[in-house]
Amino acid sequence: MLKLETVSYRYAGYATKVLRDVDLTLGDGEIVGVVGANEAGKSTLCLVGAGLAPGSIGGGLEGRVTIDGVAMTGRPQHEFATRVGIGFQNPATQLSGVTGSVFEEVALGPMNLGLPGRETVARAKAALATLDISDLAEREPRRLSGGQAQLVVIASLLAMRPAHLILDEPTAQLDPEGTRLVGVALRELAASGAALLVVEHKTDLLDGLCDRIAVIDAGRIVLDGAAGEVLEDPRLEAWGVEAPARIRLDRAVAERGLDPAILTGTGLGARDDA
Amino acid sequence: MTTLGLEGVGYVYPDGTRALSDVDLTIAAGELVAIIGQNGSGKSTLVRHLDGLLRPTEGRVLHDGADIAGERVAALAARVGIVFQNPDRQIFAGKVRSEVAFGPRILGRPAADAAAAATRALEVVGLGKLADANPYDLGYSQRKLLTLASILAMDTPVVVLDEPTTGQDARGVARIRRVIADLSSAGRTVLTISHDMRFVAETFTRIVVMGSGRILLDGSPATVFAEPEWPTLASTYLEPPLAARVGARLGIGVTPTEAGLVDALARLES
Repeated sequence: MLKLETVSYRYAGYATKVLRDVDLTLGDGEIVGVVGANEAGKSTLCLVGAGLAPGSIGGGLEGRVTIDGVAMTGRPQHEFATRVGIGFQNPATQLSGVTGSVFEEVALGPMNLGLPGRETVARAKAALATLDISDLAEREPRRLSGGQAQLVVIASLLAMRPAHLILDEPTAQLDPEGTRLVGVALRELAASGAALLVVEHKTDLLDGLCDRIAVIDAGRIVLDGAAGEVLEDPRLEAWGVEAPARIRLDRAVAERGLDPAILTGTGLGARDDA
Repeated sequence: MTTLGLEGVGYVYPDGTRALSDVDLTIAAGELVAIIGQNGSGKSTLVRHLDGLLRPTEGRVLHDGADIAGERVAALAARVGIVFQNPDRQIFAGKVRSEVAFGPRILGRPAADAAAAATRALEVVGLGKLADANPYDLGYSQRKLLTLASILAMDTPVVVLDEPTTGQDARGVARIRRVIADLSSAGRTVLTISHDMRFVAETFTRIVVMGSGRILLDGSPATVFAEPEWPTLASTYLEPPLAARVGARLGIGVTPTEAGLVDALARLES
């Protein structure tokens, strides 16, 4: 379990708080989506949850961060790193730059955890297969396309089998198939008991993936609830968040005075699954 | 105005990876073209040929019918401006305003003109208030808009946007759509690479579908997203926008945009 209690944070050299009194709990096995406008504080929330802020980049933190019941405030970065993984928004920032092949890149994490060679190789192979990028194994990491780099970064995180995982827009550069495979992998990781925090603008993805969704606006959590209810909330647009396509279309049809039943049976998500 | 042409273009990276094969493509001045395709299908490699950053290993790249093989990147950059996917490979200046003024300066414009162009471009992308900030103090989405402003300030006849909407919220996407519409009404050519099928269908008039370094489909959103093409789209792991899928399911024709779908539904009921 990853827990933030009345957490406020300001970056080093700045007086303005970017996060204000944030309370957020991620239970074991739970996938929590975080949405909000640009500059609302989503990426900062990721850095604080993973201990990089203030651990690596300084700044001022108030409140408590607890992981699996252990108070983490003030703890060194390496203690966070063994409990929670983080995937940055820009995959190019995350590639280590010290490996010559994608396989080595994905194996680097488990190797640094001190795992035996056989286990390291097995985990790297499994992670590449999970995201269907085994054919990239021999490629040079710096020659990957943006989307391929993003998949490699996520494979690297999966190979470490993190207790908990924080991802900042993990599918921003992915094609639909890559996005789908990442969704499957995240559900598997959550099923193994990990708490997951996923920042995304793609509410269509969060719709099927998350148990809960929190909305962040100007550094505060303004709404936190069941995914379906949050995505239906009429205030989303004012917070700079677009509803999923199924909800937008429902509304557009209703606004035109058409019978909403007209969309039944068209594969539009929740209604047809029900 | 610049007409772009690729004739039988192939490209193999130095490590032996083949990225493009037999690409034939002509883009007239003023067209709005989106290139879509799975990760690694050659989209970014293709656009890097348009301003000479990459030179084809086979075939020719043409500007207004003339081969650009002998032209320097600096000269080509005055015609084709590319906003890259990763803003951090593009940003280097200590101030937002000097970052944006750099482009027009190296194109030889006087300092005052370059500064004015930078101010205008920053207003257009909504970063006017951040002109004196350090680019690295900006969030990711703002850095993306900054690199867009840098290219706009160069007033190139062709503007290429590689994944412009990643990291943008709904307002950011709406702003980018307005910028593209304004460029288009000024007669400039806009090319984009995107995985966002809704953005593509609602903003661009021509869609080029790539798979394994080749062009698989090329046509209007209504042609490319029509049901008979779905297997081809699926072969490169693409699916049409939701509005097109719903329209097909209801048998009301090809409706690549949400507004078009709702219009078609309204006609159906009346």
